[in-house]
Amino acid sequence: MDSDLSPQDKKDLDKFIKFFALKTVQVIVQARLGEKISTCSSSSPTGSDWFNLAIKDIPEVTHEAKKALAGQLPGIGRSMCVEISLKTSEGDSMELETWCLEMNEKCDKDIKVSYTVYNRLSLLLKSLLAITRVTPAYKLSRKQGHDYVILYRIYFGDVQLTGLGEGFQTVRVGIVGTPIGTITLSCAYRTNLALMSSRQFERTGPIMGIIIDHFVERPFTNMAHMHPCSYRAPGEDEGGTYAGIEDSQEVCTTSFSTSPPSQLYSSRLSYQTPGLGTVDVCHPTACTAAAHPHQMVVPGKEGGVPQVPAQPTHGTAAEHGRIPSCPTGQSPQPAPPTSCSSEVKTVSPSDALETTFTRKVGAFVNKATTQNFQQPLLQSSVSHDASDNNVTTTSLDLPFAAFAPRAYDLEENDPMVHPPPSPAPSSPLQGSLHSNSSTHSVGQPQDDFVMVDFKPAFSKDDLLPMDLGTFYREFQNPPQLASLSIDVSAQSMAEDLDSLPEKLAIYEKNIDEFDAFVDTLQ
Amino acid sequence: MNCRSEVLEVSVEGRQVDEAMLALLHTILLHRSTGKFHYKKEGTYSIGTVGTQDVDCDFIDFTFVRVSSDELDRVIRKAVAEFKDALGNSGSDGMGQISLEFYQKKKSRWPFSDECIPWEVWSIKVNVVNLANEQERQICREKVGEKLGEKVINIVEVINRHEYLPKMPTQSEVDNVFDTSLKDVQPYLYKITFQITDSLGTSVSTTMRRLIKDTLAL
Repeated sequence: MDSDLSPQDKKDLDKFIKFFALKTVQVIVQARLGEKISTCSSSSPTGSDWFNLAIKDIPEVTHEAKKALAGQLPGIGRSMCVEISLKTSEGDSMELETWCLEMNEKCDKDIKVSYTVYNRLSLLLKSLLAITRVTPAYKLSRKQGHDYVILYRIYFGDVQLTGLGEGFQTVRVGIVGTPIGTITLSCAYRTNLALMSSRQFERTGPIMGIIIDHFVERPFTNMAHMHPCSYRAPGEDEGGTYAGIEDSQEVCTTSFSTSPPSQLYSSRLSYQTPGLGTVDVCHPTACTAAAHPHQMVVPGKEGGVPQVPAQPTHGTAAEHGRIPSCPTGQSPQPAPPTSCSSEVKTVSPSDALETTFTRKVGAFVNKATTQNFQQPLLQSSVSHDASDNNVTTTSLDLPFAAFAPRAYDLEENDPMVHPPPSPAPSSPLQGSLHSNSSTHSVGQPQDDFVMVDFKPAFSKDDLLPMDLGTFYREFQNPPQLASLSIDVSAQSMAEDLDSLPEKLAIYEKNIDEFDAFVDTLQ
Repeated sequence: MNCRSEVLEVSVEGRQVDEAMLALLHTILLHRSTGKFHYKKEGTYSIGTVGTQDVDCDFIDFTFVRVSSDELDRVIRKAVAEFKDALGNSGSDGMGQISLEFYQKKKSRWPFSDECIPWEVWSIKVNVVNLANEQERQICREKVGEKLGEKVINIVEVINRHEYLPKMPTQSEVDNVFDTSLKDVQPYLYKITFQITDSLGTSVSTTMRRLIKDTLAL
């Protein structure tokens, strides 16, 4: 055992292992900085380049490594690990790989410490340089930037590989036998990057409509111990803050999905691994199940998860997200905003207004009047204060909330809340999909839902004396083009056939002309 | 002593030949180069520092690491270019093999010339494919990148078996083990040769032997 090792050799070996561990961390982190690394060869030894390799020392990284080691050395049962993970600008994170420096009990007593072990450790570092450019995380790290960053974490003790997902692969970089054990350096990397590859890591513009996590709270980061793989020159603050991540909190849904935000939300859920804490995966489905029958279904590009009517649901991490409030009551939702098509189901007229009726006010709408129900009921939640009957926009879920009309009639006079009684309920369909049947002849408003005219947002009706629906109806059956119309006096088919031989005879006579023409084309 | 022989096979498109060969040869030489030796009077020596450099390939989705020595890079590039020309000119269906051989010199007495005893030979078999359209080329870029990654892992695996390596020489014998002609790094003595397989697949109908480092010239 150690008694065979001279004190000098033992001391040297410990020093070699310590600096090998530090250099290993440097190589790994530098390989994930996202830049090409280049160092110079030097024929005259400087004395400070361990293992005869020019590997720069980033002070921050050395500091973290020493902190993790806390004076100990990697040994049997005490592995040093460097975990590389990816974090998106929205706060999602995923472990990509874990590099492990371990030692097992197999000793090589005869090996010379100061020479052979040293040279083999040097060789192992060269192998590490080569292998760090080969694992999948390298390409990802070269493309890091606005959409995501690469983080590293150093820890000491037992190796944790559960965050790498199923089917992770292991590559052994190399081994070096020493008199006190065999040093092994290996890498376990995630292979299930399919989630990542389907996202293009490109920016896409937000679709029209509500961006779900537009107003979400700052995503909770339980990765405070992670560090970004971004090197700041010495002289700057050496705090291990997330350089650049703080700045990219603006929710451009776009992170790396070409799907609309509804898809991003659903696909992000499948993104979460069990190890990442409590994710309220069932959240949208729970809402869906309990949802109001007038739910709007927002079709995504890939037929995605039905969404609660554009209520901003919680964003990234469940534990700090906002709980979406499913609309209560029987508020009808006729024609939707322009960006979404909808399947609006209506309730039967027999559903009584027993439950709380929530007046919904949308952005850009005018105040409702008793005669002219022209406002579309867009989605937002406005809560009543029952005590003083003031309707206020309490929720900040409404985009452009500042534009929402603030002064409302008292609830008693609000026709939306208390629609005038109707003698006979007309067809439920009438009020919803075909509410644009006429602008003015809305007819008797129903007990359960209000007939409104479809008025697309941003449309002006002062230029054209008709709205979009009317325009569409009127021009639905345009007359045929004159050039395409068939002359009634034209010959019938039989006559056409009879005239064919004559035409053929003429063509044959002119065959030379045709041939000349074809020649000119060639 | 037995010579260790390793064979690597790759299939690449014509324009990827250079970079694929450079990637593999440089990866091997990275592991088989040390810093310059500086012998001291007491019979000890110190070793210089080897720098490294990342190289991005243009036609392959791959980055490899090479020793920071422009001289060495020039020598390897020249050899690879000759190999590629030979592949192009041979009229074969694009199959060839480039070999990197590490050897030791053993001094013999006059009139016999020094012996070259190889102790490690790396053979890289190349199969050049022709692709029809840009989409296939794009797929080939990625696939060849992955393949090269696998080859790098193979190389590293072999090297880390820590099998025979020549003993560190004394000052008088250093030229029998190392190539001391470069000013910044010191690879083991090596030579690069290649051969083109003819279309019948027989080995060596035309053997073109090029000695890039011909220290045997008399």
